[in-house]
Amino acid sequence: MDFGNIVSIGFKEIWAHKFRSLLTMLGIILGVSSLVAMSALVKGMENGMREALAAIGGLEKIRIQPASELPVHQRHLADQAPGLTMLDVYALQQNASLVHTITPSIDVWGWGSRTVISRRGKSTRPHIFSGTWPGALELNEHVVEHGRMFNALDEEQARNVCVIGTEIRDDLFGDPEQTGREIIPLGEIIHINQQPFVIVGMFQHYESAREKRERDLARLRPAAAVTNAALSRSWGGRRRGHFVFRMKNDTVYIPLSTMLLKFRSVTGTNSLPDQRLSTLQMRIDDIGLLEPALQQVRNVLMMTHQGIEDFSFMTQEDWADEITAQIRNARVNRGIIAVICLVVGGIGIMNIMLASISERVREIGIRKAVGAGTGDVFVQILIESLVIALLGGLAGLVVSALLVHGIAAITPSDNAPVITVASMAVAFAFSAGTGIAAGLVPALKAARLDPIQALRYE
Amino acid sequence: MALVELRHISKVYRLGGEEIRALDDVSLDIASGEFMSIIGPSGSGKSTLMHILGCLDSPTCGTLQLDGTLIHDASPRQLAAIRNRKIGFVFQFFNLLPKLGVLQNVELPMVYSGLSARQRRERAMEALRLVGMENRARHRPSQLSGGQQQRAAIARALVNNPRLVFADEPTGNLDSHTGEVILELFRQLNREGRTIILVTHDPEIAAVTPRRIEIRDGKIAPEADATLAGTARFGTGAPASAAAAP
Repeated sequence: MDFGNIVSIGFKEIWAHKFRSLLTMLGIILGVSSLVAMSALVKGMENGMREALAAIGGLEKIRIQPASELPVHQRHLADQAPGLTMLDVYALQQNASLVHTITPSIDVWGWGSRTVISRRGKSTRPHIFSGTWPGALELNEHVVEHGRMFNALDEEQARNVCVIGTEIRDDLFGDPEQTGREIIPLGEIIHINQQPFVIVGMFQHYESAREKRERDLARLRPAAAVTNAALSRSWGGRRRGHFVFRMKNDTVYIPLSTMLLKFRSVTGTNSLPDQRLSTLQMRIDDIGLLEPALQQVRNVLMMTHQGIEDFSFMTQEDWADEITAQIRNARVNRGIIAVICLVVGGIGIMNIMLASISERVREIGIRKAVGAGTGDVFVQILIESLVIALLGGLAGLVVSALLVHGIAAITPSDNAPVITVASMAVAFAFSAGTGIAAGLVPALKAARLDPIQALRYE
Repeated sequence: MALVELRHISKVYRLGGEEIRALDDVSLDIASGEFMSIIGPSGSGKSTLMHILGCLDSPTCGTLQLDGTLIHDASPRQLAAIRNRKIGFVFQFFNLLPKLGVLQNVELPMVYSGLSARQRRERAMEALRLVGMENRARHRPSQLSGGQQQRAAIARALVNNPRLVFADEPTGNLDSHTGEVILELFRQLNREGRTIILVTHDPEIAAVTPRRIEIRDGKIAPEADATLAGTARFGTGAPASAAAAP
């Protein structure tokens, strides 16, 4: 029995029971589309995470922070712990040859900090307010688009200069999307906790590839841009993209010495001078040398800290690992859901094929009487099941494209789902596998029918 | 050598521990070109005999030689191949596949013997011409009368040029006039040299065949009813070589 003939018989069977076949296929359609949609979402998530990882300085960055707790055997030495100081910076510059661009910074972190920046009645709170060295530019992947970064002279003289992110500019001077023109506030004076600072530079606007694309599109259609803005505003304000980009845009950098002098020495608000650093960042040349570099830095710091381990390392590798782990988890979770859908679809097919063969006992008997062998009947039923599954799989691929667009439209996020060819191939292969697996039992049952019994069947 | 040689065939069924002897030591020869009938009341074992002769079933013991090949312990696959090439069936209820057209129904046996689509079409049309149905090739079985359906079924039975054609109550579902026409068709086919075996419970129908075998209680009855003898007007003169079991 030739193949084309069996396939056409399969199609005829499906066509003869259109609605039933559609219901049967629905399981496979849902399974395939959820598999593809899930993997598209995970892929989008992965892309977003990788983009964010690159935006914060890549894998070659090492960050040292004060440890929140000393190791158990050193708890009694807590009052002797020096914390991170400039001494560490100089010691590392001298002795740690595997790291470079060692950059200390004193960060006033987060919205909880009482940093208020004001100008002419407008005020804002920066996400990151940091006193640091110019090296921070390179380490944190910042680009000064307008003006300049503060330099060694500003540091030397502890000048009141700052470099701001676009978000700060938006809050204090106006958002270009609303004012319609881009304000570059170089030379303007803003007050950070009542201290006047001159803006010497502004970073570029950071955004994910998707945001950029959307903004470029909006620029091409100015009218549409207005409605979009209104719409998103009514849905709880302007979307600001991934937190990494938000954080970077909402940043104020000042020279480290200015930070120490104006905000950390004894003033009306500070009763004690605090010279400790919040972070020490540095870079390695070769990611392969991460372990030895960490060891070297540790050795140097253990010397300067008299053996008290009151610091901890943060590498982006941890984050990269976490991304990988999250992706894997998401993949497994969503994969399981999709596979369950496919299994349910497969059971549906099996059910229908069993019903179909008990309906067609006589037909099978006739086919056997005119010379269809066990194998012929087996293959025929299997192919019918496979045809249903493959049609369902194809429809599922189409549905998945719609589904993904639907999801993207309903819950807009930076992680635009990406349908990959590989996921489509896998889903299609799975649907084929399901069709074969679901067809096996009915096919076996049909093939084993005794022709005499089958012919007598009413 | 006879076309079919049946030797000491028995068929035993087990139904809930009880042994049912459907055929009991039956021996039979059928020559090529014969037109014979197997008669017997229902439950006599004539259907079982037909199933074994038609390679739909295997005997419990005994041997069957068909067209020179000994069919012994054949697998279902081998039996299917033999049915496909050497045997044609015509049934009481026509047994055409309702979803296929007449032409496709007739092509069905050739589908399983692996002929090309063109060959299938040509031979199926030829077979339909033989039974006078060539102008109904595009119809569905449901659009045909009973007699036409039976003709299509006969065309299907003939299409692979089988050595043996079995007709199981071929007129049982037709009115008497149409039944006559179908029987006449069988007679004509027999004149053209085909071996045809009619299975029926009706002695009147059996009367059209030159040779009759009566099955009773799983055995071949010693001699066909004398009252039926001599009514065969269309015999081919094939020798009555039936050997009743001693």
